[in-house]
Amino acid sequence: MTPALAKAHAQHLLRQMLLIRLFEEKSAELYMQGKIRGFLHLAIGQEAVAVGAIAALAADDRIVAAYREHAHALARGVSPGSVMAEMFGKANGCSRGRGGSMHLFDVAHGLYGGNAIVAGGLPLAVGLALADTLQQRPYVTACFFGDGAVAEGEFHESLNLAALWRLPVLFICENNLYAMGTALERHQSMPRIHLKAGAYGIESAVVDGMDVLAIEAAVGLAVELVRGTRMPYLLEARTYRFRAHSMYDPELYRPKEEVERWRARDPLATFPATLREWDLLDNDGMRGLEVDAATAVSQAVAEAEAGPWEPISDLCKDVLAPLGAAS
Amino acid sequence: MTRLTYREAVRQGLRSALAADARVFLMGEDVGKYGGAYACSKGLLEEFGPERVRDAPLSESAFVGAGIGAAIGGLRPIVEVMTVNFSLLALDQIVNNAAAIRHMSGGQMGVPLVIRMATGAGRQVAAQHSHSLEVWYAHVPGIKVLAPATVTDARFMLAAALADPDPVILFEHALLYPTEADIDEAPGQGTFDAWRAAIRREGSHATIVTYGGSLGKSLAAADELAREGIDVEVIDLRSLRPLDTNTVLRSVAKTHRAVIVDEGWRTCSLAAEIAAVISEQAFYELDAPVGRVCSEEVPIPYARHLEEAALPSVARIVAAVQETLPCKTS
Repeated sequence: MTPALAKAHAQHLLRQMLLIRLFEEKSAELYMQGKIRGFLHLAIGQEAVAVGAIAALAADDRIVAAYREHAHALARGVSPGSVMAEMFGKANGCSRGRGGSMHLFDVAHGLYGGNAIVAGGLPLAVGLALADTLQQRPYVTACFFGDGAVAEGEFHESLNLAALWRLPVLFICENNLYAMGTALERHQSMPRIHLKAGAYGIESAVVDGMDVLAIEAAVGLAVELVRGTRMPYLLEARTYRFRAHSMYDPELYRPKEEVERWRARDPLATFPATLREWDLLDNDGMRGLEVDAATAVSQAVAEAEAGPWEPISDLCKDVLAPLGAAS
Repeated sequence: MTRLTYREAVRQGLRSALAADARVFLMGEDVGKYGGAYACSKGLLEEFGPERVRDAPLSESAFVGAGIGAAIGGLRPIVEVMTVNFSLLALDQIVNNAAAIRHMSGGQMGVPLVIRMATGAGRQVAAQHSHSLEVWYAHVPGIKVLAPATVTDARFMLAAALADPDPVILFEHALLYPTEADIDEAPGQGTFDAWRAAIRREGSHATIVTYGGSLGKSLAAADELAREGIDVEVIDLRSLRPLDTNTVLRSVAKTHRAVIVDEGWRTCSLAAEIAAVISEQAFYELDAPVGRVCSEEVPIPYARHLEEAALPSVARIVAAVQETLPCKTS
């Protein structure tokens, strides 16, 4: 049975996932060439979560992400060139080269970072939702974090505060089963993350993080609920990263067979197959999408290469507002 | 002129801020029903309602972080953290988010947040309620730090902090709350500048540089020294970041002697920073080594005599000033 899924929309989701995949593969290559430095955390394997979730948000909703957030920026429509330039440390980067891979900001797209302190973004998301509530704005703040964040006090404090004050935060835990190299069952006494929401009177659900349509549907329902009830919600997306935690990670902590098992569920393989089955994609269509994504990535690299360096004379710019700026 | 306690002055400042700008709200532990741990917000819940005077759970990191998010979202939060000791639970949010976000985002957003907290010792509440960690925050680029030492500053510094587009931390020394003074309820336009150091007492023989809870002790020491014919200038820094070094350096150029009084521990203290600034920028003005009167290197103890011995005292300040003078009287 073919679901009532517009071909254009299905291809949009696939195009975004392809873009993220190719963008990140290119990033890894550029990292090896020394064009990108610092920490680089790839979301390869987890693309469906960001793409499906962000597709279900309204344009004005806000996003707070963690440090594996290239996917969220790209899915939100932040220009790939400005993301790549940021990783090159260039002045045309979305954070003017001040943030790098872990601190992508684009307020015009409602992206409030890029936070590299595990769980550090959760209180921020609560505050954004508080501001929206007190100013009678209808936005929802979607706050993405990993399973590692669940061990931090800020996770519990933030869920409590959001529920206590009835704030429209959609907490989305991208459970990729490892907090860096520590497996979920080795860091959680009760590893079923979504159930923790119950302790704070927050509704929750678990969704297959490898299935972009399931995520879009689950987030769609959750956002509707959050917007309607002004209560937070916790969605746990079970997913997996195919690559190392960061470029420094020798991956000694997980068995190869496990990685292979999850790779068989690669959303970049399963979703196109589903679309073909539903007659929403053919060979030409797939090739076209791949060419589009590859072109966008080349264009992004070209923009990053061509971008200027921020002058050293501006080193201390934007530490504080310019003198005389109003609050 | 109005006679107010420091506590009432803080409350008036809060009341004016809440009345003046609908974006302003107060949040923190026990700021509402209880009226504030130091009774600074007594009556404000009744006056402004629970949305704007917001009791928060004991989650320093979450409510300070929520203040950061709310500031980014267009509000002007005043977050009260009960004491600087508890602010360590929110240190991550203050240092890694509030202070860094403007720069880290390439200037896309600032964090116009005000955080108030009590600081300091002297009430026999032992190590976990007595520390003076102002310098931890004054160390960090991206935030500003004010230390109101007088009733007038307690009344008007909050407005200056709220008018600032960047995060400002206000330190209120817990011993100051009951102190009283006559203040001018409406200082003339342009006469109140929170970011400049103030000369609280003019003098020509030596300069004492201090701030916050040590101002009173420094003025008492200056009075005592005056009886010996030693004329001491006392500078209240008021802003700990940015530092108004010009006022300090001008005074040192006049007196050629400096003693810094700082309730923080001596090692890596604000006093160390001021001493470094003086030695870098006024070395040839000095007629004596710079003196420092700080807390002893010990977690502040409970017993009264031990606590007193740990803190800067009038006697230690007097001795430190005498030490800088050619004809030592002791």
